[in-house]
Amino acid sequence: MDIKSLVAKLSPLERKVLPLLSKFNSFDDLVDNSGLKEIEVMRALQWLENKKILVLKEELEEVVLLGKNGKDYVKKGLPEKRFLCAIKGDKLNLGEIGAKEELSKEELNICIGVLKGKAAINLSKDNGLIVSITDNGKKLLEKESLEELFLKKSFPIVLKELKDEEKFAFDNLSKRKDIVISDVVKTRSVEVTKLGKEALKKKISVGDVLDKLTPSMLKTGKWKGKKFRAYDVEINVPKINRGKRHFVNQAVKSARKIWMDMGFQEMTGDMVQSSFWNFDALFTAQDHPVRDLHDTFFIGNPANAKLPDLGLVEKIKKTHETGWTTGSDGWGYKWVEEDSKKNVLRTHTTCLSAQTIAKLKKEDMPAKFFALGKCFRNETLDWSHLFEFNQTEGIVIDPNANFSHLIGYLKEFFKKMGYEKARFRPAYFPYTEPSLEIDVFHPVRKEWVELGGAGIFRPEVVKPLLGIDVPVLAWGPGFDRIILEFFKINDIRELYKNDLKQLRGMKEWMK
Amino acid sequence: MPTINLNKNVFEKLVGKKLTLDKLKDRISMLGTDLESIEGNEIIVEVFPNRPDMLSEQGFARAFSSFIGVEKGLRNYTVKKNNKYVVKIEDAVKKVRPYTACAIVKGLKLDDEKINGIIQIQEKLHVSFGRNRKKLAIGIYPLEEIKLPITYTAKKPKSFKFLPLEGKKEMDGLQILSQHPTGREYGHLLENSSMFPLFIDSDGAILSMPPIINSEKTGKISGKTKDVFIECSGFELKELNQCLNIIVTALADMGGDIHEMELQYGKKKIITPDLSVVEKELDVDYINKILGLNLKEKKMGELLEKMGYGIKAKKVLIPAYRTDILHQIDLAEDVAIAYGYENFKAEIPNVATIGGEDNFEVFKSRVADILVGLGLIETMSYHLINEDVHNKKMCCDMDLVKLENPLTNDYSVLRAWIVPSLMQVLSENTNREYPQNIFEIGSVFKLDGKKETGVRESIRVGVVLCGSNVDFTSTKQVFDALMRALNVEYNMRETKHDSFIAGRVARVGVDGKNIAYVGEIKPEVLGEFEVNVPVVGFEINLSELFKLI
Repeated sequence: MDIKSLVAKLSPLERKVLPLLSKFNSFDDLVDNSGLKEIEVMRALQWLENKKILVLKEELEEVVLLGKNGKDYVKKGLPEKRFLCAIKGDKLNLGEIGAKEELSKEELNICIGVLKGKAAINLSKDNGLIVSITDNGKKLLEKESLEELFLKKSFPIVLKELKDEEKFAFDNLSKRKDIVISDVVKTRSVEVTKLGKEALKKKISVGDVLDKLTPSMLKTGKWKGKKFRAYDVEINVPKINRGKRHFVNQAVKSARKIWMDMGFQEMTGDMVQSSFWNFDALFTAQDHPVRDLHDTFFIGNPANAKLPDLGLVEKIKKTHETGWTTGSDGWGYKWVEEDSKKNVLRTHTTCLSAQTIAKLKKEDMPAKFFALGKCFRNETLDWSHLFEFNQTEGIVIDPNANFSHLIGYLKEFFKKMGYEKARFRPAYFPYTEPSLEIDVFHPVRKEWVELGGAGIFRPEVVKPLLGIDVPVLAWGPGFDRIILEFFKINDIRELYKNDLKQLRGMKEWMK
Repeated sequence: MPTINLNKNVFEKLVGKKLTLDKLKDRISMLGTDLESIEGNEIIVEVFPNRPDMLSEQGFARAFSSFIGVEKGLRNYTVKKNNKYVVKIEDAVKKVRPYTACAIVKGLKLDDEKINGIIQIQEKLHVSFGRNRKKLAIGIYPLEEIKLPITYTAKKPKSFKFLPLEGKKEMDGLQILSQHPTGREYGHLLENSSMFPLFIDSDGAILSMPPIINSEKTGKISGKTKDVFIECSGFELKELNQCLNIIVTALADMGGDIHEMELQYGKKKIITPDLSVVEKELDVDYINKILGLNLKEKKMGELLEKMGYGIKAKKVLIPAYRTDILHQIDLAEDVAIAYGYENFKAEIPNVATIGGEDNFEVFKSRVADILVGLGLIETMSYHLINEDVHNKKMCCDMDLVKLENPLTNDYSVLRAWIVPSLMQVLSENTNREYPQNIFEIGSVFKLDGKKETGVRESIRVGVVLCGSNVDFTSTKQVFDALMRALNVEYNMRETKHDSFIAGRVARVGVDGKNIAYVGEIKPEVLGEFEVNVPVVGFEINLSELFKLI
């Protein structure tokens, strides 16, 4: 680009800053002399740098700053000086000196150390420590010490520019509490390039081209016959943020669509559930380990739920105890009503399936339902475990359903989720028989990944709820793992970190 | 889930066939167990809790051998009869630990390998089938050190003393619970008992104090032991028998002979172990229907033999160590496993159903989309929250639904409104770019005696705008835009709320119902959250609003 068009494209800010470069090269000086804000100068310099007119330099420099005490001493004088002042005319004890000059005990001790070292005082013991000034001391009073001179300088001072005696004073002061602090600061300066030097020779004025097109220009027609400043259209612009849904909910939305495509109806329900619905209705024995405190969150207040109508409770009780009329032997124990009243945070969305089956009318079969929601497990938070997690769940209630259908539905479901290959292994869950575990083939990692369990609800689950024994196919893979895979997240805690930088930067769910 | 360790050499000998590593891996997982790892000679497998009979090398190998077709069908175990091995059960145990099932196994010739095996069986059964000894506990003793008959009784804990396993001195019952490591671990199981159960031999030597510990002298098997006495004690005779059967069959597979014992419950006499099979009708049609197969009876019988069952006429003979066959459906699963899950066809039936979203979910989604259109970012927080964050930091005092067993104080209560979660998000993002305009849609939880669980859950949306220029107008604008988009007419009137600046908070009514708060968060709250930028916002009860439109 030739110099002329380069100059033509300069923005008003650049036009103000560029001429100053012939006189100043430190950033602070440029700010002071431009009449602009820091950020404006910075922006202008960056733009000019993009145009290769200058190079911005940043240097890290060690500088000396005043500490809290330091600032105080600049005003009041160093404690040792004030100490000497106090005893100029008279011997005093420490308490009196402290009171007279407002010195703390700590400061008094330092003064004694410093002044004894310079033979400026004498100490005698007479009803407490009595201090008197020596001739040396009187001399010290008359002139300013190196330390005092040092404190009079204007801070911050660049450390490497200190002269020998200043360095000496700095070393002494830095041994004391909070007088001087050294810090690393960034200093910015500008070096004008060859191109820049040429540009500087051109006449750069602020008003010869139009910058922003304004409504008033349009009204008055003032723009006519004038030139607009050309913009650098390639320049980077500051990023703006848009509104967006949480990425987990984007994934949830797409999973919902899969279920609906397959003809499933949504079921929803509460997260606080009685053990009755979460466990007993699903034929989970009352002494099953999942019902222990260290597996499941129990509600302390309110601890107990009311049970549903007595007829259902009685059926479930009998099913657990003797199998009722399901053809099962049952668990062969005494079912305890109190245990089924305990409120829990649902451990699976399967409790919603139980409630749905209980409400279903026989004439509505075959029917298919799905749920997608948060579940809870008493699990310590770490990179692969969350105590709140998403589960998705589907059931097919169909008198003619069988195990081959289950496998058919699962293959289709996971194919829609993006996993072409799935395999099935035997597994165990208290409420399904036969049960299976689903592995899908991970297309990128080239290995089998376990994604969840499925099965046919046991007759001990279905018959008490529905009144008849009908095969109910059920599957409930965890959903978080699929989300992690998609967004390439390794630590599951990142899902609910709510870091706005992460949320703003996250890609969209595209499945 | 419990895992067991298998020694590959021993395992192969028990199975009676060597498989290639890949085949072995594949078959183990298709039998319905999970292979954890194979390293050198050590195989670790996970056994599902419905198959405690596979929790030993012997039991696992037995099932595996049938499954791969080496030794199919029912295994026969003989229990040698006698009338001299007696265990007397005294009434004193009724209130503590009422039942026991016992057996003697002879001719074991124990070595280190076998001792480890026996210890593994005992440990794994304790944890899983015995529910950490709560349901039942197992003791195995060197018969050579014991003088029969044995008495199962209970005594006051300070009235007896013995040297416990790995103990340094004789201790009474209470000392064992407070001083012995095993006593401390399982002591809670005897906490409320005034009498402690004991097995005592006819010389008066204490064998053990179940479910805690054996005696060092009479309760420790070693390389010199040939014959063992086994007892299971607990609360349900059926389970004790099952557990005993699992152990004695494993020991028989180790080379021992099983001998029966007579248990004298007062006048009632019971003989254990009882290894007789349970017969169940085979319902070929039911199994075919549920599996979607068309197997002939003979073929189905063969498949069941691969799972270790016997077949007699139309009956399935279920071995005495199988504890998981409650229903015909359990046989169906074993048929499916023997058939091979990999051999099932995938089939989607032609059933017409109509898919559909829950209407309220659609509404939620609409609200979210409108807010996104207004430039807000959605966050997602846990429903569990710190009580102090929810109440103290928000300058509120709400009644909350509390967990009985929280992991930490940070997640101990269920939130009753969304704004505290959003404030938490703002406080964790003070180093991020402003303005921060965020929203969250989620469940909140309130105590309500009218509900079945005592908890009323509703879905709400919370919105906060955080930036140097926000004020009441900004939040009311967003609120108003949302209401207009939803076509809802509302009225606002000044109200009081402890989290908002007085005079800058409004209650919103729709059709005479209160459905929302709109306001400016007060600086005390901002101070608590260390947010140094003004925050305004609103919260709407979407469950209520949905009913009104």
